[in-house]
Amino acid sequence: MRGMTLSHDVLIVGGGGAGVRAAIAVAEDDPRLSVAIVSKVYPMRSHTVSAEGGAAGVIRSDDSLDEHAYDTVSGGEWLCAQDAVEAFVKEAPEELLRLEHWGCPWSREPDGRVAVRPFGGMKKMRTWFAADKTGFHLLHTLFQTSLRYERIARYDEWYVTKLLVDDGRVAGVVAIELMSGRIEAITAKAVILCTGGCGQVYPFTTNAAIKTGDGMGLAYRAGAPLKDMEFVQYHPTGLPFTGILITEAARAEGGWLINKDGHRYLQDYDLGTPSPKPVLRSMELGPRDRLSQAFVKEVEKGRTVDTPYGPVVHLDLRHLGEKVIDARLPFVRELCRSYENIDPVRELIPVRPVVHYMMGGIHTDIHGATPLPGLFAAGEAACVSVNGANRLGSNSLPELLVFGARAGRAAASFASGAQGAGTTARPAVRALVEDERRRLERDLLHRDDGKEPISAIREEMRATMEESTGIYRSGSALAKAADRLGVLQERFRSARLEDRSRTFNTELVAALELSFMLDVAESIVHCALLREESRGAHQRVDFPARDDHRFLANSLIYRDADGARRVEYPPVTITRWPPGERVYGR
Amino acid sequence: MADRITLRVTRYRPESDTEPAAREYEIPLRKEWSVLDGLNHIKDHLDGTLSYRWSCRMGVCGSCGMTVDGEPKLTCATFLSDHAPGPVRVEPLSNFPVVRDLVVDIGDFMRKLPRVKPWLIRSEQEAPAEGEYPQLPAERAEYEQFSMCINCMLCYAACPVYALDQEFLGPAAIALAQRYNLDSRDRGASERMDVLSEAEGIWACTFVGECSAVCPKDVDPAGSIQRYKFTAAMESLKTLLLPRGMR
Ligand SMILES: Cc1cc2nc3c(=O)[nH]c(=O)nc-3n(C[C@H](O)[C@H](O)[C@H](O)COP(=O)(O)OP(=O)(O)OC[C@H]3O[C@@H](n4cnc5c(N)ncnc54)[C@H](O)[C@@H]3O)c2cc1C
Ligand code: SF4
Ligand code: FES
Repeated sequence: MRGMTLSHDVLIVGGGGAGVRAAIAVAEDDPRLSVAIVSKVYPMRSHTVSAEGGAAGVIRSDDSLDEHAYDTVSGGEWLCAQDAVEAFVKEAPEELLRLEHWGCPWSREPDGRVAVRPFGGMKKMRTWFAADKTGFHLLHTLFQTSLRYERIARYDEWYVTKLLVDDGRVAGVVAIELMSGRIEAITAKAVILCTGGCGQVYPFTTNAAIKTGDGMGLAYRAGAPLKDMEFVQYHPTGLPFTGILITEAARAEGGWLINKDGHRYLQDYDLGTPSPKPVLRSMELGPRDRLSQAFVKEVEKGRTVDTPYGPVVHLDLRHLGEKVIDARLPFVRELCRSYENIDPVRELIPVRPVVHYMMGGIHTDIHGATPLPGLFAAGEAACVSVNGANRLGSNSLPELLVFGARAGRAAASFASGAQGAGTTARPAVRALVEDERRRLERDLLHRDDGKEPISAIREEMRATMEESTGIYRSGSALAKAADRLGVLQERFRSARLEDRSRTFNTELVAALELSFMLDVAESIVHCALLREESRGAHQRVDFPARDDHRFLANSLIYRDADGARRVEYPPVTITRWPPGERVYGR
Repeated sequence: MADRITLRVTRYRPESDTEPAAREYEIPLRKEWSVLDGLNHIKDHLDGTLSYRWSCRMGVCGSCGMTVDGEPKLTCATFLSDHAPGPVRVEPLSNFPVVRDLVVDIGDFMRKLPRVKPWLIRSEQEAPAEGEYPQLPAERAEYEQFSMCINCMLCYAACPVYALDQEFLGPAAIALAQRYNLDSRDRGASERMDVLSEAEGIWACTFVGECSAVCPKDVDPAGSIQRYKFTAAMESLKTLLLPRGMR
């Protein structure tokens, strides 16, 4: 097949929730367009499959779009683009209903309506759920629905290594077919990056192995800016050792967080007073940044429990009873039994904060367009920004749908309009492809003077990130981390690959992922160092206060063609909610 | 518990090997470690050339199916300590062509999926603005079990019929068709009938039940097939006995 041009109007990189939703949007928008999904794993294996708790969208008569918007903006500590939030809350219910019409098995009320549950930082019950396997059902429903559209072509298990940029616009990608090892260009008039998050830059994360920030790296290298990369979310309840998530739904159903004395310690951190039943926007249903910070304070006070995998607190579900746990949280019970050998019906679950979600990502406008013509992005890889300095649980899944669909429509009209015209098979593009082929073959696969294995570099990068850009950060640790990452970049250039095979070479993939992760790590550390304030998930011990005067602004980090970094601070878009105090539990 | 264990892993690289061969690796034995953790230890510290698939490491993405001590298993949910003292045999899933090492080709299944029309079929699609299609909890429970499939392929690896006849639709694909057939919102059962009722559909199954025995998500594909055989038999009876308008 070599030499045959692979070419589409719209090419989507990523087969998770955002990517598949975008593909369906393109297919429905303009039946004449040719659309394809490239994914490094089969779409239904994408990380969206692991999401547990639910998806937020206003549906009840006692709720309103404004309340969802306010919860989101205050939860994000006023770093959200408010025009994007308004579009998001308005379109989320519609998207969730559409998914219902496509067959998603949402949990139901006794009368047959869709059921909703409380969630952290949300003032009203508006989180739709499918037991505690929401992402699993959402992704399988989307993927199976996409099979109706024969026109959606797929490149399953193809790994994208580079964005082709010619004459100031995107012209497609270079990708490796893992099964055969062949390296091909897939040209396109518009490309949508839906490559997910980057939790794997840290050692302890809820994120699947594939979440290596590839798309962020692809965009950054192509000259598109990344936004708000310093905002990394720690989820307060991960299982020690594995980092497997115990969903916030466990607390929404009434679970308690207790320290080693059995005390519901969140009451000591301005998060409200304990009551037996869950109270919205209070205590265990506070926002994730505040809960993870409270954990660190408990460690400092010596009120946590030591384990071989670090200090933990306990999540207590025992008072919920077996019936509620089996009906609402069956996956939590399954995970605890398999991975901790405990039964939450009778025992306490040990938990600690764990890297979970990237608020930052590829900078886009509210249509999913990046500043680079022809390049779009959606999902966790993108930053619109709906999530600001701290995402509320259950806002990500609806974000994938709303902005996946928006990006799909925008890319479709770009590809079919005047901007899409012009050829993507120019000689300059062919030269770029040959360069990339040479980089992959000569510089990586057949390098003879490689020194150390990639796993050593990866481990050191992860340790560096945990030490410098964890829940609390300091200027000195960040500066040191920036230096160390520079050294690691250097060491990566002389890394050694043992595997020379063409067939399903997972070591080559791991090396390419590591190189994207190093770029992503660098952008996180750099932006964290420059943001001299504390806001949401970014807490600087040397700048403990929020500084709206200097930093009511998003950070946009660019890498110029000569490799130099540049950070700009455009002001946040504020429409109706001026910055204020974040109040929980009072 | 000993502190080391041996994994006997099947290696095969099509460019250099004429046939698969086992290779042994000695690794630490930790009580929390799954078989997948063991493979990751090998890959990161002993032999970077070992290839296998994995992602979520929490039993939900369906990537990591392999044969462990002769049985199809999710390696992220199978623990080394349950296989101590070893050696633990780790082989690719049976009944699929081996691409390399522990990676098999599941393209056949991916091509079968769209044939069973695994999407909600309605005579007309209502606009989302009109609200949800109501579904009682009991109606949801009717198909819930069959909606839990993670496409891990363990059931195909265990299925003696698929071993002999690759045309057989197979357990997961049939269970998925049933997932939609039994959904109170769906109207597409008759459209799925043809593919399910052909020789390679449900009738090929000899009800050995191996698929349900190995399924890590309790989907019970064998049960779904049995149930559909009954439905299909009733349908063909109806065709024989009832005048057209009443079927
Ligand atoms: C354990 C867990 C539970 C969660 N629970 C919830 C929840 O209850 N509610 C909620 O709202 N959010 C939740 N989240 C967050 C949410 O699940 C994710 O943000 C979201 O699923 C990301 O979806 P995505 O489509 O952007 O990316 P993904 O689903 O991660 O998909 C990325 C896709 O990109 C492809 N890809 C990546 N790089 C390349 C490359 N180089 N070449 C080719 N393809 C590539 C991958 O193959 C994959 O198909 C949870 C997250 C975790 C970790
Ligand atoms: S039916 Fe069970 S064994 Fe078969 S693919 Fe689905 S989850 Fe795996
Ligand atoms: S790695 Fe996902 S099921 Fe095992």
